Amino acid sequence: MPAAASRSVLPGFRIGLGYTLFYLSLIVLLPLSALVFKSAQLSAEQFWAIATGERALASLRVTFGASLIAALINAFFGLLTAWVLVRYSFPGKRFVDALVDLPFALPTAVAGITLATLYAGNGWIGQYLEPLGFKVAYTPVGIVVALTFISLPFVVRTLQPVIEDIEPEIEEAAATLGATRWQTFQRVLLPAIVPALLTGFTLAFSRAIGEYGSVIFIAGNMPFISEITPLLIVAKLEQYDIVGATALAVVMLLISFVLLLAVNALQWRLANRHSATGGRE
Amino acid sequence: MFRSLRPLAFAAVFGLSSAFALPAAAELNLLNASYDVARDFYKDYNPLFQKYWKAKSSETIEIRQSHGGSSKQVRAVADGLEADVVTMNQSPDVDFLAEKGLVARDYTKKFPNNASPYTSTMVFIVRKGNPRAIRDWSDLGRDGVQVILPHPKTSGNGRYSYLAAWGYALRQPGGNDKTAQEFVSRVLKNAPLFATGGRDATTTFMQRRIGDVLVSFECEAELIAREFGRGEFEVVYPAQSILAEFPVAVVERVVDKKGTRREAQAYLDYLWSKEGQENAAQNYLRPRDAEVLKKYSAQFPAIKTFTVDEVFGGWSKAFPAHFRDGGSFDQIYQQK
Amino acid sequence: MSTRRAITEPRWVRLLLTTVALLFLGCFLALPLAAVFVEAFAAGVPAYLKALSEPEAMSAIWLTLLVAAIALPCNVLFGVAAAWSIARFEFRGKAALITLIDLPFAVSPVVAGLVFVLLFGSQGLFGQWLSAHDIKIIFAVPGIALATLFVTFPFVARELIPLMQAQGRDEEEAAVSLGASGWQMFWRVTLPNIKWGLLYGVILANARAMGEFGAVSVVSGHIRGETNTLPLHVEILYNEYNQVGAFAAASVLALLALVTLIAKTVVEWRMRHETEMLSASLSPEAAGAPPAAASAAR
Repeated sequence: MPAAASRSVLPGFRIGLGYTLFYLSLIVLLPLSALVFKSAQLSAEQFWAIATGERALASLRVTFGASLIAALINAFFGLLTAWVLVRYSFPGKRFVDALVDLPFALPTAVAGITLATLYAGNGWIGQYLEPLGFKVAYTPVGIVVALTFISLPFVVRTLQPVIEDIEPEIEEAAATLGATRWQTFQRVLLPAIVPALLTGFTLAFSRAIGEYGSVIFIAGNMPFISEITPLLIVAKLEQYDIVGATALAVVMLLISFVLLLAVNALQWRLANRHSATGGRE
Repeated sequence: MFRSLRPLAFAAVFGLSSAFALPAAAELNLLNASYDVARDFYKDYNPLFQKYWKAKSSETIEIRQSHGGSSKQVRAVADGLEADVVTMNQSPDVDFLAEKGLVARDYTKKFPNNASPYTSTMVFIVRKGNPRAIRDWSDLGRDGVQVILPHPKTSGNGRYSYLAAWGYALRQPGGNDKTAQEFVSRVLKNAPLFATGGRDATTTFMQRRIGDVLVSFECEAELIAREFGRGEFEVVYPAQSILAEFPVAVVERVVDKKGTRREAQAYLDYLWSKEGQENAAQNYLRPRDAEVLKKYSAQFPAIKTFTVDEVFGGWSKAFPAHFRDGGSFDQIYQQK
Repeated sequence: MSTRRAITEPRWVRLLLTTVALLFLGCFLALPLAAVFVEAFAAGVPAYLKALSEPEAMSAIWLTLLVAAIALPCNVLFGVAAAWSIARFEFRGKAALITLIDLPFAVSPVVAGLVFVLLFGSQGLFGQWLSAHDIKIIFAVPGIALATLFVTFPFVARELIPLMQAQGRDEEEAAVSLGASGWQMFWRVTLPNIKWGLLYGVILANARAMGEFGAVSVVSGHIRGETNTLPLHVEILYNEYNQVGAFAAASVLALLALVTLIAKTVVEWRMRHETEMLSASLSPEAAGAPPAAASAAR
């Protein structure tokens, strides 16, 4: 590992990390600790009862399940989109490129209303799906559609700079060494892309978990079927049960943290293996 | 590196601190925290009051409006939004402020009519020609009728709809809590989805064309007509329905701090004046003033109503019994 | 010519991939965008313009831009610092640190707003102190800015980390060993290398900063003409049965997102311009640090 050597060579570690930790504490950790602090007003039993209530568990399943599916859809189509946008040229490419950020700029409520309009039984898309027996709006599928929409930019935007950065020389070398295009993709390109792909996936997944505004307009919000955890949190706030709401939020936070930590650890190992082999060559 | 980053850091800090120093509105003003469909009403009402107050006290007063979901607004006031008055669409919200000591405990006694200057009721919106022949609440429990209503746990509309159905069943011969719960669960089984709020329920019914009947406030029927056209639907008045009250209150802690008690009190008092009552009627809210109500009787068909106090012994009982976690709404869904 | 063909896919594959990607984007992006504009112009152009020229709409647009202008520099500064320390140095607990940076995404926007209320609300931890000193944070611009900072927190950092990781530290090490100061290394090597990632991060953070609804709605107080951002304005108009107004305001947000198209083009043009100037004036130096110049020229 060249780590020890580089630490002495490159400047800015202390100030960089120091500022990172300071800003992280100020903007993220302090507010989140207020959340944990508030939920600590509950006894362990009360907390457990809220976290493991039937409705809460069902909603956690819906939330995390739909988020996972949406993130997988985005990982696949996001990779495809990023590749097409970087490597190929076609008319209107710039417009399509700019369009990718739309899901962030559109307020989530507008996204939800618009998607429900499109995918409802009489919508532009829904009218073709419904006769095939495929209901989207007001079913759990609708949740997946909304989550796919709102987290779509992540994979595309994390992959684009990485794909742009791949040196064509490497591919040329592989080609001259007799590799087919598919082999080059599998053995040369994919390893370079995978860490960023995982990052994009992680971000899409985590963004989807917390989403509320767009989902509620297309989900149908039926208890046990299409009820997401953030809706339960809002329902608790509506009855002025703020402590209960923070308890549910803490549960979501803990699950998210563990899942994200696992993916990030994996991502980091993959990236290091890649850069290590890259360094040796 | 550190030295060169400093200007950037300064810029960021400066940007933040200059935003912190934003001056508060200096002149005499009132902030009215209200629910979200009340904008039209107060857009017309505020100039009326300003004119009246100018004539009476020669003070020029600015009225600022804040609109949002009723209970969200109330949480904001409890957390420090400096509203002089709150004008809400259901009592539990103002009760919460009373509990926190921001409004008087007996706020319903501070103004006439339970501190509610106007009322509304829950009615049915059905498709043109009323193809499913929906006449009364019992029809909502019929097999195969699709009912659209907002989520009772996240919206005031939903809660009024729920209590209206419950109250109807309770007031039938032999009605009790058990038969009422059975009836309401039949109605809920007919709901293909729960809209998040009144507006979302309307979109679902009118634009997506889902459902046979939409339960909504009487005053929203007019808004629906303006947005979607009058030929698209019919309003059906059930034989009896719930009386929706819209409580108003002075936020004591804020007016004491700002020194605006006199103005805030006058602002709410004026809601009961002839002008205020006429304004309510013009916005399709039922005025309390008998004369004004008579004048606008064409748009307010007579309907037998019951209040939450009469049937449920007040919101302070109805809310926990039905809408808190583990209340009747949750029980209906736990039974599956 | 033959190598050229070898580093791209056969024509039919290219066509197929492009078609599938465009179909996906069509269903998920282009149609929703079209639907927004159809609704916005449902009552004709005059109604559209009238909805936007309302003073409340104007002040909402202004506030939205202000909040984005506060959030972006903070994000860039943090993003570069975090990515630099994470991607260039080895230390314990790195995965945990990255996860903490990700965390704001996983926090439901409703909760993201709530945490600031718990801190700064009058019943919150610092509420007493703040009201004693007459400092307003929530239900005023600072609260809106804080909530926006929270929800856009990870963007720039997370965009840069994988990119800088993929690039490795060889070029910077070369620059430093050739005697460049930290600042020179940053401007001449690091920044040109990460410019696209940085730009995407900024674009994403900007879009999200302007479009955020949930968190901001909790801390805004919804005072008309004062603390309503554009997304909040949209929701209120919609709830008031003013569909045209709501979607007109939403279309402005969509347009603001598309403005990034222009920003990107400008940056691209300037980058090309600058590298041309640079390689013209500094050709001996550029020859001395080949990797940096090579990647900057691309």
